[in-house]
Amino acid sequence: MSTAEEADILETAVRWRREGRRVALATVVSTWGSAPRPPGAHLVVDEKGRMAGSVSGGCIEGAVVQAALEVMRDGTPRLLEFGVSDERAWEVGLACGGRVTVWVEAVT
Amino acid sequence: MRVELLEALLRARAEKRRVCLVRRLDGGGESLWVDGEVTAGPPLEPPLAAAVEAAVREDRARLVETPSGRVFLEVLNPPLRLVLVGAVHIAQELVPLAHRLGFRPVVVDPRRAFATAERFPGVELVDAWPDEALEALDLDRRTAVVTLTHDPKLDDPALEVALRSPAFYVGALGSRRTHARRVARLGAAGLSEAEIGRIHAPVGLDIGAVGPTEIALAIMAEIIAELRGAPLARRQPVTETVP
Repeated sequence: MSTAEEADILETAVRWRREGRRVALATVVSTWGSAPRPPGAHLVVDEKGRMAGSVSGGCIEGAVVQAALEVMRDGTPRLLEFGVSDERAWEVGLACGGRVTVWVEAVT
Repeated sequence: MRVELLEALLRARAEKRRVCLVRRLDGGGESLWVDGEVTAGPPLEPPLAAAVEAAVREDRARLVETPSGRVFLEVLNPPLRLVLVGAVHIAQELVPLAHRLGFRPVVVDPRRAFATAERFPGVELVDAWPDEALEALDLDRRTAVVTLTHDPKLDDPALEVALRSPAFYVGALGSRRTHARRVARLGAAGLSEAEIGRIHAPVGLDIGAVGPTEIALAIMAEIIAELRGAPLARRQPVTETVP
């Protein structure tokens, strides 16, 4: 992962927020196995579900956007865990068999 | 997280400072670490400060467990640079490859016929003498330097500056014999064995490269290996002597 790419995504978060949009920032905080994106990878989401960046190869983005919209509504950050062996209701399996933990919080 | 904190982070990054965003996931808010100082948010406990130092050094984000909960450390280090001494054919091949790999290339050559915008479109060109040029470039721990001219008048002054700088990689093009002579000259110029031992020469991983493009690939592969601390980057010092 290039730091420059992630800085661009953080800049997008700042720009969207300054435009008056509601913004949530999702960040990969830990991975196991062959997760496609490393810790520090970001996905920025606005209140209409528009997104920039990525926290996986595309397999968990939908669920992360849903969580981001909830975070924007209630202001409570969330730690999401994804992986093939996860039993939780919101689980989405990663095609690659990896596991990934994503922190989602509002940018206010 | 407040947008002002992200703005402060991006400002520090634009100033080429080493930055770490410290986020306490179990409550306690965020801190912004910039070049060893906490510039926003609560101070860091000594073990957490040490973890931040390690994350920044290794240029890798990580989740750490502390007595007061989980903390995510996110590192945004200054951009990587590749300083090329000699605006030669291999430099032309190295520039796009370096750029693609996230390095900002800088080409140094006082010979104006070589360092032209036509040969290096859009690239930062410095036409000063290499030692002055490299001093002015303020080589840091995120900079790699490769000398490519084959001319000791140009390569040696550049190496003298690069080897005494924190640059994480110093490579010099030339055969083993050329390098043995170079080692002797640099020793005579007062560089220590340890300083001279930092030179990667013959430059690049030994992939049997043929032609400028493959040599450029071998050089970038070795630079990445050094950056990431891969065992491949370590090699035996050149022991051949000048016959």
